[in-house]
Amino acid sequence: MPVAYIPRTRELYSDFTPYRWVHNESAPFTPLTKPVAECRVAMISSGGFMYRDQPRFHREDASYRRIPIHARPDELSVWHFGYPTRDAERDANCVFPLERMRELEAAGVIGQLVDPAFSFMGGIYSARKVRDELAPQIVDELKRAHADAFFLVPA
Amino acid sequence: MTSALDITRSVKPPRAVFLNFPLGHQTGPPNQPELQRLIVADAMRAFRAITSPATIVELPYVWDPNDRSWEDTDYTKGWMPVPPSPEAADALEAERQARFRRD
Repeated sequence: MPVAYIPRTRELYSDFTPYRWVHNESAPFTPLTKPVAECRVAMISSGGFMYRDQPRFHREDASYRRIPIHARPDELSVWHFGYPTRDAERDANCVFPLERMRELEAAGVIGQLVDPAFSFMGGIYSARKVRDELAPQIVDELKRAHADAFFLVPA
Repeated sequence: MTSALDITRSVKPPRAVFLNFPLGHQTGPPNQPELQRLIVADAMRAFRAITSPATIVELPYVWDPNDRSWEDTDYTKGWMPVPPSPEAADALEAERQARFRRD
């Protein structure tokens, strides 16, 4: 059975006022006009990844990091308070599958993997902050990179 | 990608691929490249396969057919390991900075 995270969050944070989840009545949708094998695809993780000595994240942090897509595993670090990061630290591909995406690019499943990839720390309480500060910056990056699609992996 | 079906149904992203795995493993278990590859390839297929907004495609992979206890304990009180103290965290951070400055 899929875990019901909304009631579990209420229970886990029962000392606080109940979190007001984003609820949308509908979804935007732009059809893909060409095969994925011809698309520039960007990789984004909210798992809190940093490259080499990039600054560490902190709570309510709306910043993001640019991660070179050829980063070696030992050049990646993780900072996140909201999920157990041990497995992501052992193998970033659990929530930031850079190696897997590079392989799919080499195999022609995607046209091109956008360089850099992006990561932010998704444990941000304020949905407004995400919507008004973080998301527009990511959108600008994706437009500058001429990305056709992006693959967002949460943690 | 998502492992939180109820949240995704509320937010309604244009397209979603749902995998019933514990948080922190949305594209697979550590050091299992073959399964990670299957998951990510399925996600890439969904870009074209999904044709109506807010569709959630469910992937068939099972975390552990012999042990589903994580479904009861994930995201409940005590599920996270104890975080390092601020001093320990700062020391780890200083070590990380020094390591990459040395290279």
